[in-house]
Amino acid sequence: MAVPATVPLPLSQRLLASSRRFFHWLTKPHVVLALIMLVLMFYMVIIPLYKLVETTVTWQMSDLSRVPDAQEGGFTLFHWIRMLTGVFGRIYTLTPLTHSMTIAIGTVLLSLFIGGSLAWLVVRTDMPGRKLVNQLAVLPYIMPSWTLAQAWLVLFKNRTVGGAPGMFEAIIGVSPPDWLSYGPVPIIICCALHYYTFFFLFVSAALMSIDSNLEEAGELMGASRWRILRKITLPLVLPALLSGFIMTFSKVMGTFGGPNILGSPVRYYVVATMIRGSLAAGDKSDAFVLAIVLILFAMVTISLNQRLVGTRRSYETIGGRGFVAMPSKLRNMKKVFFTAVIIFQLLVLVVPLSLLAYDTFLLRTGDYSFSNLTLQNWIGQKNPIYNDGEPGVLLNPRVYQTAWNSIKLALYTAFFTALLGVLLGYAIVKGRGTRLAKLVDQLAYIPYVIPGIAFGAVYIAMFARKIGPLPSLYGTFALLVVVSVAKHIPYSSRSGVSAMMQVGHELEEAAQVAGASVWQRFRRVIFPLTMSGFVSGFLLTFITTMRELSLVILLVTRDTQVLASLTMKYIEAGRDQMGNIVVLILVIITVTGNALIGRFTGGSLKKGLGM
Amino acid sequence: MQTTIRINNLTKKFGKVVALDHVNLVIEPGTFVTLLGPSGCGKTTLLRCVAGLEDPDGGEIIIGNTLVFSYEKGISLPSSKRDLGLVFQNYALWPHMKVDKNITFALEVQKMPKDEMETRVKESLKEVQMEGYEDRYPREMSGGQQQRIALARMLAYRPKVFLMDEPLSNLDARLRMDMRTELKRLHHISGATTIYVTHDQVEALTMSTNIAIMKEGVVQQFDTPDKVYHFPANLFVADFIGNPKVNLLEGAISGKNTVDLGTFKIAVDTRNAASRVVVGIRPEDIVVSERPEQGAVEFIAYSVLPSGADSTIVARLGETELTIRVMGISKIKMDEKIWLTFDPKTLNLYDKESGNLIIS
Repeated sequence: MAVPATVPLPLSQRLLASSRRFFHWLTKPHVVLALIMLVLMFYMVIIPLYKLVETTVTWQMSDLSRVPDAQEGGFTLFHWIRMLTGVFGRIYTLTPLTHSMTIAIGTVLLSLFIGGSLAWLVVRTDMPGRKLVNQLAVLPYIMPSWTLAQAWLVLFKNRTVGGAPGMFEAIIGVSPPDWLSYGPVPIIICCALHYYTFFFLFVSAALMSIDSNLEEAGELMGASRWRILRKITLPLVLPALLSGFIMTFSKVMGTFGGPNILGSPVRYYVVATMIRGSLAAGDKSDAFVLAIVLILFAMVTISLNQRLVGTRRSYETIGGRGFVAMPSKLRNMKKVFFTAVIIFQLLVLVVPLSLLAYDTFLLRTGDYSFSNLTLQNWIGQKNPIYNDGEPGVLLNPRVYQTAWNSIKLALYTAFFTALLGVLLGYAIVKGRGTRLAKLVDQLAYIPYVIPGIAFGAVYIAMFARKIGPLPSLYGTFALLVVVSVAKHIPYSSRSGVSAMMQVGHELEEAAQVAGASVWQRFRRVIFPLTMSGFVSGFLLTFITTMRELSLVILLVTRDTQVLASLTMKYIEAGRDQMGNIVVLILVIITVTGNALIGRFTGGSLKKGLGM
Repeated sequence: MQTTIRINNLTKKFGKVVALDHVNLVIEPGTFVTLLGPSGCGKTTLLRCVAGLEDPDGGEIIIGNTLVFSYEKGISLPSSKRDLGLVFQNYALWPHMKVDKNITFALEVQKMPKDEMETRVKESLKEVQMEGYEDRYPREMSGGQQQRIALARMLAYRPKVFLMDEPLSNLDARLRMDMRTELKRLHHISGATTIYVTHDQVEALTMSTNIAIMKEGVVQQFDTPDKVYHFPANLFVADFIGNPKVNLLEGAISGKNTVDLGTFKIAVDTRNAASRVVVGIRPEDIVVSERPEQGAVEFIAYSVLPSGADSTIVARLGETELTIRVMGISKIKMDEKIWLTFDPKTLNLYDKESGNLIIS
């Protein structure tokens, strides 16, 4: 029966054997999945990125009128030279980049202060109400990032850009100065009050993992409190700080909502708003140059961070095994800190939301008297005098259409993201050690370094027209789903891998040996066991997609409008109350969703951090 | 019904690491074969290749009359077509299924009628003495109970070949002893050809028909426990098997049937040995006396370690140190003189250069 290995087989049989071996390899489930995922990611990430670059170095139709000897489709560095040099370069690239940097750095510093202090108070002190603070601290991040910017306008709007003044002027009688109403200061404040959650979560996880014995040891040796902080605590928390820095920095660099509301009216442009401006003006290549600049910036910062922290996966939360940490006694400062924290929470949650809510009941903008209160904006019938003849939000079929779009988008995105997570996790974990799995793992990481607004730009480059067998998706709802799923790939692959690692390979192998087919293994073993990860991934993606603006703002059209982009549309049209209603609806949906996650799955924001 | 397993020239690499290096084994029908070796020796890889969970890079595997794997012919049957059962080190019970579902999974895959499945569940639970546990989830049972269920799960679909990957290593010492007894009974009753992976030599010696001792992907010796223990094929096997460890003393042939160990000379059948040799002496083969005897060598008792049923004595003579095992609690005091006698028939002689047993 056994053929001795020494007898060489004829060539035809050897070929047959090696093709059989290849087929056997190819039909392994993890190989099949890895290949499918590769194709998907090429389609969703690599080709779009290539197209983006390609567009910036070829003559476009719009250039023909400007440059006489331009040939459409020909190679040129024209756009790069124009966007990076001279007056044009200063106005369109350098200044917005400086603004973006200013805001990003300002936000990082302010969030570090807020997030760091809150984390310390919650984890390492005996301040009362720590549990509550712990829960409240993540709420601002759950809400749309530009919510606070809208509330800021309600309060501090001045007459610089025309229109009715804000509540501050109406009550005090003095018009707030420009630096308080618009520009970097309010943008930084609003961004920091949203993004401080990163620092809060990272730092509290790190503080929790520090054995307070380490600090006590220092204290016993007679070191001063400041010295302990500097020499022991800080180095231990440093990786968390760097991770928080990187997350916040790259997010703010690509954020659109806040700068658009508080910057654009006074021509304070950041890269994100500039990209949209260029696109609106029809200068696609200019916008794409900016997008590439943004991507490069994000890449440099992230790789710098990795160099410093020494790990590619620094955005993963630092494992928080709870040591028994002795809380620092605040003694008589207890009440002071507690009051400060409560006031802070009031200022960032209750006050802005109340302002927004109050504003939605005003019939005429800027008149804050009780006689001006109305339900017109909510449930008013069509009336040519108000809101350009649009009915109240709750009676407006367009709003319902938009809300339905948002929900559909969030549902589809959440479903495909969670599904991709399981499949990616399977392909990566089962193929561990093979080059194929490594490639999948690395490709899955790419969307992480592409800021939201740039990702949108990438997709315009890719899907504006038909390329080979790939359809032109521009203007379709499917495009929004594809881009949202693509942007979530890094997070879904991370959570998928950790879910699969928990399942362990033996459980599937036991089924394999027992005679189960691939499909039976997935249906009866892998899916049931990764279900809880699937559900919490689903809900988290649902929330984050619901309030995502930067990613979709460049891609929505009249028919594919979502709630997030609708708020911008209303605000840009000067119909602030309508915008405020829509953002309040979004707040209600996302906050409820978050409560549901905590209730049913025990999943936490940490798991889906950064989506 | 009993199945032979033939492994021919099986080779498996992980990147540059050779996990299996041209392994040849014939496992006779109905035998209990143990793959024994230190971690990283390739024993688990060999088992997984037989199970169809790894694809070897060369060689063949034949189970019964079926060629289940052949690199040359490009054949690799999936695990499900190999008619075998596998018990994992960490049990690998599906945590989301109750005991009965765990057991019937393979039967459902085979589309067995319901009433027959129920009988099978009852039977197999009885075989592992776990009647009445049908409705438990795995996490509601102890480690030993989970391991019994894992066994029952394998027994239920009656595979022709049993594969076990360190099934007892997660259990505490007492349970391990009990389970050894049960496993040996189970094999005795079922008569299924069994391949059992372990790093525990006592497990291997107590349960096996044959032991394959492996090191760095190469089978060092494939023999009965008796042969493996008394005639280790090379120094690695000699050193690996036995507790306390065998005494290995280097020396030179110094005449007909005499080896000079430096501090003393020992009589042994030198056969056709080259000049440099290593003598292997099992600790229990040394006879200890508290007074001088004819032909005995004088040592000093360096340390005496009684442990109830037996005692270990470490004896020294100059540079030479010997471990000796005697029955009962030894009365010898530390630093006392003792006289050791060696029976030439119990000694093994190894070639210093190759490390192989000198047979003729």
